[in-house]
Amino acid sequence: MSIAAKANALWEYANPKKFLATTERMLPFFWVASAICLVVGLVWGFFFTPDDYKQGSTVKIIYLHVPSALMAINCWLMMLATSLVWLVRRHHVSALAARAAAPIGIVMTLIALVTGAIWGQPMWGTWWEWDPRLTSFLILFLFYLGYMALWEAIEDPDTAADLTSVLCLVGSVFALLSRYAVNFWNQGLHQGASVMRAAAVTGTDTEEKVSNIFFYPLLMCIVGFILLFIALVFYRTGTEIRARRIKALLARERVNA
Amino acid sequence: MMPDLGKYADTVLSAYAASLLLLVALVAFSIWRGRKVRAEMEKVEQRVSRHG
Amino acid sequence: MIALLLRDLKLAFRAGGGFGLGLAFFLIVTVLVPFSVGPQSSLLATIAPGVLWLGALLACLLSLDRLLALDWEDGSLDLLATAPLPLESVVTIKALAHWITTGLPLVLAAPVLGVLLNLPGPGYFWLVVSLALGTPALSVIGTFGAALTVGLKRGGLLLSLLVLPLYVPTLIFGAEVARRGATGMETATPLLMLAGITAATIALLPFASAAVLRVNLR
Repeated sequence: MSIAAKANALWEYANPKKFLATTERMLPFFWVASAICLVVGLVWGFFFTPDDYKQGSTVKIIYLHVPSALMAINCWLMMLATSLVWLVRRHHVSALAARAAAPIGIVMTLIALVTGAIWGQPMWGTWWEWDPRLTSFLILFLFYLGYMALWEAIEDPDTAADLTSVLCLVGSVFALLSRYAVNFWNQGLHQGASVMRAAAVTGTDTEEKVSNIFFYPLLMCIVGFILLFIALVFYRTGTEIRARRIKALLARERVNA
Repeated sequence: MMPDLGKYADTVLSAYAASLLLLVALVAFSIWRGRKVRAEMEKVEQRVSRHG
Repeated sequence: MIALLLRDLKLAFRAGGGFGLGLAFFLIVTVLVPFSVGPQSSLLATIAPGVLWLGALLACLLSLDRLLALDWEDGSLDLLATAPLPLESVVTIKALAHWITTGLPLVLAAPVLGVLLNLPGPGYFWLVVSLALGTPALSVIGTFGAALTVGLKRGGLLLSLLVLPLYVPTLIFGAEVARRGATGMETATPLLMLAGITAATIALLPFASAAVLRVNLR
């Protein structure tokens, strides 16, 4: 075995091991904390907030719609970051983390789309509207789908990591471009991201003060979704590392046999 | 206990049901696959160490 | 470089592969649309720019999987990779050859098919302009997708899935130019955006395609 291959094997083994040990210790905390935040936030939002004067009780959907939409985008950003780390530093855990995150991202996108459609039915009078935000999320969904399909299709793990990383980079540029193009193509029905406005938090004007009641449970839900995302990424990355190790062990067995 | 959801009860409840279902499915699938892979790894590791 | 381009063009014409296929598909789509949506000429006139753009895009997509696959199979891609020509140039030439054999015929055929769809008078000019500006981007993006999936046995479906979201901005701006042109609105903004996308993809994407191809040839 050459020196380079030895160093490579060391990377494969030592560092993922450290990652597994660290995350194993942190995982229970993240699982519990995310469960607490989600339960508290959702129960608070569902049972103890009043109806909106315009939207009625459908305003309660916000506690699922906004956090999932937020995580759908942040998940892609995380994959972009880990893909870059893989391309620059060749850090195997990084590539596997990107792979582990993609299914979470697609589920988040799906939740945002489904809750949006269910909410849009009574509010806009239609399940689906070719509104910029909805359309962008549909495109994001397709990106996730293509990314995951590419991972599945390629046998060699390093080749797959390289190709999906480049796809993630190129896809990010095109996703931004699509967002702009779609905005240009149709000015939409969807309201702006008003929940994050400073006035809504501090309640400076009377109209916005109402959303204060909705804001704190929403914040809880957002924190819960973030913690859940972290827990899932850690857990799934661990799974990917183990799956990779199985492959390596089997390959070595075959060589020795 | 149940808050009055008015005429939008179906909408709100179906949105919650669909989202929670998706979340639970995601977590359950992750853990199911994680357990399976972990068990398989231990099996393979044992076999490899036995053979030297 | 020119030798490579001529070789690709010759192969495309002789094998009867990509050349006729895209055009035939384009023809089929446009001829079948009136049968499916009804023969009212006002309706056809409204949807004509979009249908023609969509047909062109799908025809482009259809011919992508043979863009690199044949060279991959007979091993000439390995030879090209070790040739003194940088791989970035190779993929650019490949994209250019694809455009000449697929995109250019589509651009030329579009006005003829526009007649069938009752495209309004001023629309012809803008349709041709937008397709001429947009189809090179389709070829370059398609080359990237083909480079990603070149090593796979059944890459066709995956290729379409990967390329589909990448085509969205080009389609939006391209069809917008054609639509605005057909209804006599100003077309400068989408036209500039379309030109910008095409220029940027031609300038940058070959580097990504070449990087991906190097990984696949490793």
